[in-house]
Amino acid sequence: MDAQERVIQKGVVVHIAGHMLAGLDPLTLSRWQFGLTTVYHFLFVPLTIGMVLLVAIMQTMWVRTNEEKFLKMTKLFGKIFLINFAMGVVTGIVQEFQFGMNWSDYSRFVGDVFGAPLAMEGLLAFFFEATFIGLWIFGWGRLSKKVHLMTIWVTTLGVWMSAYFILAANAFMQHPVGYQINEVKNRAELVDIGAVLTNIVALNQFPHTITASIMFAGGVMVAVAAYHLKRKQYVDSMYKSLRFGLWASLLGGLGTIVSGDGLGLAMVQTQPMKMAAAEALYKTSTGADASFSLFSWGTPDGSSEIFSVRVPYLLSFLSTHTLNGTVEGLNDLQAQYSHLYGPGNYMPIIWLTYWAFRWMIGLGALGILVAIVGLIATRKGRVQLPNWTWNTAIWASPLALLAISVGWTFTEMGRQPWIVFSLMKTADGVSPGITGLDVLISLIVFTLIYGVLAVVEFGLLRKAVAAGPDVLVADQNEDSEALAVAY
Amino acid sequence: MQLNEIWFLIVGFLFIGYFVLDGFDFGVGMSLPFLGKDDTDRRVLINTIGPVWDLNETWVIVAGAALFASFPEWYASLFSGFYLALLLILAALIARGVAFEYRGKGDTAKWRKTFDWMITIGSALPALLWGVAFANIVQGVPLNAEHVYTGNLFTLLNPYGLLGGLVTLTLFFTHGLIFITLKTEGDIKDRARELAKKAGYVTTVLAASFLVWTLIAHFSVIGFILTALAALSLIAAQAANFIKREGLSFTLMVFTIITAVGALFAALFPNVLPSSTNAAFSLTIQNASSSQYTLTVMTWVAVIMIPFVLAYQTWTYWVFRKRVSRKSIPAGSH
Repeated sequence: MDAQERVIQKGVVVHIAGHMLAGLDPLTLSRWQFGLTTVYHFLFVPLTIGMVLLVAIMQTMWVRTNEEKFLKMTKLFGKIFLINFAMGVVTGIVQEFQFGMNWSDYSRFVGDVFGAPLAMEGLLAFFFEATFIGLWIFGWGRLSKKVHLMTIWVTTLGVWMSAYFILAANAFMQHPVGYQINEVKNRAELVDIGAVLTNIVALNQFPHTITASIMFAGGVMVAVAAYHLKRKQYVDSMYKSLRFGLWASLLGGLGTIVSGDGLGLAMVQTQPMKMAAAEALYKTSTGADASFSLFSWGTPDGSSEIFSVRVPYLLSFLSTHTLNGTVEGLNDLQAQYSHLYGPGNYMPIIWLTYWAFRWMIGLGALGILVAIVGLIATRKGRVQLPNWTWNTAIWASPLALLAISVGWTFTEMGRQPWIVFSLMKTADGVSPGITGLDVLISLIVFTLIYGVLAVVEFGLLRKAVAAGPDVLVADQNEDSEALAVAY
Repeated sequence: MQLNEIWFLIVGFLFIGYFVLDGFDFGVGMSLPFLGKDDTDRRVLINTIGPVWDLNETWVIVAGAALFASFPEWYASLFSGFYLALLLILAALIARGVAFEYRGKGDTAKWRKTFDWMITIGSALPALLWGVAFANIVQGVPLNAEHVYTGNLFTLLNPYGLLGGLVTLTLFFTHGLIFITLKTEGDIKDRARELAKKAGYVTTVLAASFLVWTLIAHFSVIGFILTALAALSLIAAQAANFIKREGLSFTLMVFTIITAVGALFAALFPNVLPSSTNAAFSLTIQNASSSQYTLTVMTWVAVIMIPFVLAYQTWTYWVFRKRVSRKSIPAGSH
């Protein structure tokens, strides 16, 4: 190979490398990064939201009755709550920074409206929960019993307020209200903060999120209790935990159904395309034709069907609470939106929304079924059960969490192609100044860090569970300083 | 006073609060290899900030959210422009936070050692990079007519930016050491004091050069007063450390950070992110801000909440005011 050939070859290599880098699309990579980090962040949040309430109730029962088993429960599940809370905080910072880092044009466009609930979350709720959680952790033995109990209830209030403000911010992306467009600055400006905070989507998403989180926290309690009951240890406190968790799981699950129904109605009203995409309903249908398919098999584009199992009237009922309602189909909505917003594809990825919606409902329903069977099987102090029942209880604990994850995937993917419904498309929101390489680096960094975190977190939870409740209570009697070390 | 000016002050206040509070956490984290001779020492050091570090870290989250709500253009241009620098800060903060939580939960010395290094690096890196970032904000960065940053990570690593980074690195290190003298007893306290003396010299020289450079480039009367106060209180803090008045010394360090960061914000005003490409492309408190309605709503929230936040955070510090010593670490724990 002579020198000229080498130069040409080198040129080709540089050229190909350049193409590969240019092929890294900041939009696609930013979407993957936001999706990945958000789903990951929201693996921890539901347990925080649900468990903080359950721990507060357990501690109240202890303060009221002075029974040691309630103290043991408070300590054990409190510890699980804290391991998890730390993960939620550190991954939460990434969420806030990403709006500016990866979605700066989105931030410029909606910051005037969207920033307000986010900043309120910080000033009103987040400071609150972080402060009181610190007091709760290190306050054992330093604060009086009643003041200490108050700190966990205030933490609960803070956590739930946090959730509300974040959901209000998200609701603006699903159904923008309380704004007007400033043509000069080319952005949405807030004109009614009350409307933003009472967005019909936020009002319905909040109870749905809270109840689903309680269901998941209940499932975790059941799994922990099952782990010990299978080994016939700590039976007193763990039987109580089992029943408590089963009830939390069942009531949370039933609440999720009721609130999900409300959210469905709000969705039909505000984002009919999302409801049509949930059912992959191409043609507008009325009454018995507005059926809900439990399962279907169709051509890849979903426009024609080979096989399905359908419940007539159900989609009409879910969408309108009447049997002869009309549900708009994808084709009509596409035509409508093209007319309203200009030419373009306004359908989300149909197979994804269709199946995410079904998995959400199916996984949630299975979780409720497990809770009901569990309550019956363990009534009146029954703990002599075969091992497989305990194993089932352990393996059933992520059901609610998986349902929550696919539910959010449905909510956010069903909003596409919009980043703010009807106002801005996702493709227009990405930062203009960042390169594909920047985002590739951050995507790799976050994936690696989060991967390591997942392994460490899971190991720590397992260890805390295996150690059982009694160790933690023994600490209580030593110098309170010793306890500070435990965390 | 205009709402835009009030929000410039509130954003400044939140970042100052963050640097004052997380500043000593960074210092304590960086001190581990210097002061932590064994596991018990390191546990004592970490326990000085154990109950409060994540509370301190919440200030940056709130500062970021307040920035987003009040100056969306500033937030958008800054965060997308400083992409890789912020990524490094985020990665470091995550590593540090996780290490605090998890170092005591493993059984081996190797496990703890790994996490201790994560704490040290996870403290030093943000301490350095926040200074680099703020120095560049004051100096100005290449922004085009759409206010989009056109530089890269290395654009930020200019002499003024790097000096700013070294100032925050050494300032937070000294701040943390003096915090340790305030929160501990015995041998470790004496060693922290001696190290703070040495670190104090370096900090004073670096900080004085940086602040004078800033003042020459962006002179204002308020900037001059704040710079003078920062320099005087930094020297006084070192003197108080010499005569073993750690409470006074720490208070003076807090005052130094408040006035020094205040001087930076004074140098910045009325810009929020100057453009080095063309002064006409600069972001200012006027063209980067939210609408008057949003600023009004957020002012009410801030005015009502900030006193509460200060009150209950002070209460937290009061509850955990006790000193930490080797005696308070039970045998067998790490």
